Amino acid sequence: MSAYIARRLFFMVPTIFGIMLITFLLFNVIGGDVTDEYAGKFADKQTRDEIRSRLGLDKPLFFSRDSQFLNHLKRAVTFNFGRARDRQKISEKFLNHVGFSLALTIPMLLGTALISISLALMAAYRRNGILDCLVVFFCIAAMSVPFLSFILFGQYFLAYKWGLFPVYFWPDLNPISYLALPILIGIVAGLGPNIRFYRSVFLEEFTKDYVRTAFAKGLSPAKVLFTHVLKNAMVPIITRIVFSIPYLFLGSLLLERFFGIPGLGHLIVDAVSSRDYQLLNAVVYISAVLIAVFTLIADMCYLIVDPRISLEKSY
Amino acid sequence: MKKVTDNNFINGQQPQLLLKRPLTILCLAIISSYFLLAAFVYVAELTRWNPRFTQWDKKVGAEYESPNGKNILGTDYLGRSVLRKTIYGAKVSLTVALFASFIGIIIAVPLGALAGFYHGIVDDIVVWLCTTLTSIPYILLILAFALVLKDKSLDLTWLGLGQIPLAGIPAVCIALGFTGWVGICRLVRAEVIKQKQLDYARTARSFGCSNFRILFRHILPNLYHILIVSFSIRFVYYIHAEVILSFLGLGVKNAPSWGTMIDLARQDLTKGCWWEMTSATVALFVISLAINIFGDTLRDTLNPKFIRLQRIKYKVTYER
Repeated sequence: MSAYIARRLFFMVPTIFGIMLITFLLFNVIGGDVTDEYAGKFADKQTRDEIRSRLGLDKPLFFSRDSQFLNHLKRAVTFNFGRARDRQKISEKFLNHVGFSLALTIPMLLGTALISISLALMAAYRRNGILDCLVVFFCIAAMSVPFLSFILFGQYFLAYKWGLFPVYFWPDLNPISYLALPILIGIVAGLGPNIRFYRSVFLEEFTKDYVRTAFAKGLSPAKVLFTHVLKNAMVPIITRIVFSIPYLFLGSLLLERFFGIPGLGHLIVDAVSSRDYQLLNAVVYISAVLIAVFTLIADMCYLIVDPRISLEKSY
Repeated sequence: MKKVTDNNFINGQQPQLLLKRPLTILCLAIISSYFLLAAFVYVAELTRWNPRFTQWDKKVGAEYESPNGKNILGTDYLGRSVLRKTIYGAKVSLTVALFASFIGIIIAVPLGALAGFYHGIVDDIVVWLCTTLTSIPYILLILAFALVLKDKSLDLTWLGLGQIPLAGIPAVCIALGFTGWVGICRLVRAEVIKQKQLDYARTARSFGCSNFRILFRHILPNLYHILIVSFSIRFVYYIHAEVILSFLGLGVKNAPSWGTMIDLARQDLTKGCWWEMTSATVALFVISLAINIFGDTLRDTLNPKFIRLQRIKYKVTYER
């Protein structure tokens, strides 16, 4: 087990190096010099040089003891990303904002998973029935509406027209009141793809022999569904949920932007509009590392759920 | 018992199965009418023939006119016809999605095929690239690409083409295409690994075909169903991604696309103008729905797993 983890951690090294390389290529090589934008139109040469040296853009790209690439690697390995464009420390910014994102995304994930798993289980049990057809049609229809339209219509009708929820974030409000609508919209928009995924998982389980045996034994449908099928379908369910955990930290770009919730998604959109490459670089890198780590955790979870899986052999 | 061979299903049965469903035909009709519309706008632009409904930038009425007899879908904040903008938006959005899908496939298929066919260092590099790209959140990757390409230009003076500005449609296509190829690449790689051990590939080798010929003349044509299905899935995804990019200000400039129309609703909705974003949403919804249903039918009929199930079913009925 520990040997397996050690091996997997070792295999993570090239991936993380690749992420550093890609972020470097994107933001330093293709993105290029942002000094003009930072300094403004009427800056003199001295200001520009100062900004350039602050960002480290005056150094050679590669092939030097103090090259931009080596500095980039150093920053990434030590998780010390320096300061954002507004001179605030990036790590501080992260810690200040990530709470709001998690408050938004954790209920969203739980709600979506709960509703879609139960609906998918029912739909797969009564496959080709009325409920199944309705659910499938709803899924495809919901997947065809752009996310932005969900948000705009939800905000316009539910909050602005009918006044059921506050339209925008306000620090004095109770968090539940301003988070309720974004969470609701996020759950509704996320149902489509999730139900479809779980439904196909359950459909595959229902074709297997053990289900027929269980029914033949005379077990009640509830027992077959919840103890037999659900348990056997745990591996894909856990994969999907564990894989979505790193994205929870990122928040939701659009929802946070529209409802003014100061989470990481809001931060990212601000960084995009102000061309804050330092901050974007840090966000991309940290989330990529999180994803790599959670992939490993997902593999560990298989062991707990499914005793048939043996890591030593499967690798 | 009637002999049911692979051939029956791959060449004979499936297209019929596909066209026997009225819903599928309806979806196909919707998709092709959208594409015809987009092609029509292209032709009208290229031939400098300006029919009235491609003149999206012309003022046709007062600002924020609600839908009425003259302007069926109302007007926007500059008094331009929303109907014309929606039609023109079809051209922009479909172009972006189509080119992004093509870029993705052009990158993914050769890489995946080579990685699957040759073991060793090629495979390692491609797999490493895929793992690296998948461990960056997709939306962030698109954002980063679109952001750094925003006002760059491609220097092709050495080809005699001069500087090609990447702003607008090309930047969006490249950002979407360069980030969206990983899934297809993995599918192709896995399938090539499977196919190259099948009898026909071995036979081709025993006939003395070169690796290149086996790969590109024998194996790749057998992967068309994967490509078609993933093409349809990606296509819808790209149309939707364009909306998000437009919202973030990284989308298409100087021309109406469905994304920019929906994005405009941020100001419009407070003034009670719901028709512009509604028409763009409906236009987007209809084609996404059609492609989604069509793609599902395609996947069901082309999926080898499904074919196997069908075969078992057929066998049973014949034996009875």
